[in-house]
Amino acid sequence: MADTIPARPAREVASAVNESRPARVMLMALAFAFLAIFLALPLVLVFLQAFSRGLGYFVETLFEPDSLSAIRLTLIVAAIAVPLNLVFGVAMAWAIAKFEFKGKAFLTTLIDLPFSVSPVISGLVYVILFGAQSALGPWLRAHGIEILFAVPGIVLATIFVTFPFVARELIPLMQDQGTGDEEAAISLGANGWQTFRYVTLPNIKWGLLYGVLLCNARAMGEFGAVSVVSGHIRGQTNTMPLHVEVLYNGYNVTGAFAVASLLAGLALVTLALKTLLEMRYGAEIAATRGH
Amino acid sequence: MTAAPARAGWRLKQPSVVPGFGLTLGLSLAWLALIILIPLCGLAWRSAALGWSEFWAIATDRRTLNALRISFGTAFVAAVVNVVFGTLVAWVLVRYRFFGRRIVDAMVDLPFALPTAVAGIALTTLYASNGWAGSLLKPLGIKVAYTPLGIVVALVFIGLPFVVRTVQPVMEEIDREVEEAAATLGASRFQTVTRVLFPGLAPAILTGFALAFARGVGEYGSVIFIAGNLPNISEIAPLLIVIRLEEFNYPAATAIAAIMLAIAFLMLLVINLLQAWNRKRYG
Repeated sequence: MADTIPARPAREVASAVNESRPARVMLMALAFAFLAIFLALPLVLVFLQAFSRGLGYFVETLFEPDSLSAIRLTLIVAAIAVPLNLVFGVAMAWAIAKFEFKGKAFLTTLIDLPFSVSPVISGLVYVILFGAQSALGPWLRAHGIEILFAVPGIVLATIFVTFPFVARELIPLMQDQGTGDEEAAISLGANGWQTFRYVTLPNIKWGLLYGVLLCNARAMGEFGAVSVVSGHIRGQTNTMPLHVEVLYNGYNVTGAFAVASLLAGLALVTLALKTLLEMRYGAEIAATRGH
Repeated sequence: MTAAPARAGWRLKQPSVVPGFGLTLGLSLAWLALIILIPLCGLAWRSAALGWSEFWAIATDRRTLNALRISFGTAFVAAVVNVVFGTLVAWVLVRYRFFGRRIVDAMVDLPFALPTAVAGIALTTLYASNGWAGSLLKPLGIKVAYTPLGIVVALVFIGLPFVVRTVQPVMEEIDREVEEAAATLGASRFQTVTRVLFPGLAPAILTGFALAFARGVGEYGSVIFIAGNLPNISEIAPLLIVIRLEEFNYPAATAIAAIMLAIAFLMLLVINLLQAWNRKRYG
């Protein structure tokens, strides 16, 4: 008799801090339905549409000169923008995380600024700065320097929109780690570079990789800012996302999805690596998930 | 720590043996000025040069006002939808254990990783009247693609991770004992959730709302494909900026951008205050 009594109260208590089974099933069904409709369906559709005219057409689209040039330009832009944001992102994180100084909070806000600016405006600011009607415009033209509607403009706009990624990932991580390790290294006679290279870098490497991963995904996928500065010259200043638009608006929907599927593949690889990093090195990339 | 009492007066930085302050701060400020501040100041300067009457004429132009109304209105509706479903998704991810939870959790970040143009054409194809979802909604008389509703759909897609990723960590920190206490004191599960848990989650939910809203207002790539882009009906403000630029109407493009930036900064301020409030409540 005694051993039958606790059974029921135990279940009662368990259900008092959990939803009832029907409620739980309903909540999960609702959440899954929402995610399926808004996230899974569009993703599946990209790949189905890409191959809707067969593998031959898919390959043919990707090997068209305009597609190849778009892929090459996207890779070039990312290859310039990401390393620059990596180096300066680390510098910004070092200054902010390792020191206490006046105006630090304001500086941190400024670094985050590009996230609150519409991508179109991120492009527009460079059009205003370097355009023909600006103070710099005629001078640039006289010296034969092309920034707008050319690769430098695309690179600048990409750097603008990906500006915060690395610093934003590193700042909380480096603040958590404090300055104890660096102080020890300095007191043992290491110079600044040695301290960074052999003490700080190993501490932040996974967080840094995480930030670079997100930075790269955005750099390769940016549309609005790049669209404004690129001038849409086919085969010259079209990146992959812009080429998707050109194909789509030219009623080559399958072609557009073929190029889009490459970008979607990149997104999936990014998510997979990101999840892997979070699983294996969660503590070393800190609890700052999200954008 | 070992510094002499702060008699030295104003000092930029507290003493530290860690080197590199001058170098890294210098690099940071130079990079920030070059990439962000000088271009943004250029925009501010150009819009100031317009003069008040011209600026006012552009700002109160019917098409401008409608574009701003559509951008802010659809972003607001989408953020509300995301608050409801984003909180639900966060709840399911934090509280329930099910097969494939890691994958679902990773998928939530898809809108961060998927280029907006790809999302745009995928959603448009999905919700066009001959698409998978569009053909199901058509008999019900609901048109999504090429209407303002389409803009909302795109912005729900874009904004979802902002709410989930803001609410999820706070939800994980909830002490289960609080719920046990509420249950012991006779609260029903519904009362515990609505009166005990949600007040604690409110700052995070509000922050997620503000982030999703701010992102939605400026969003361009995913929206322009699905919107239909009819002036005064489904034309968003960022698109109007692009149209004015293509017409070489730089003053109008600049003025609309300046209005959007001013509102964006205001929202950034609100978000920072919300996050400070959030941190104060949850160390």
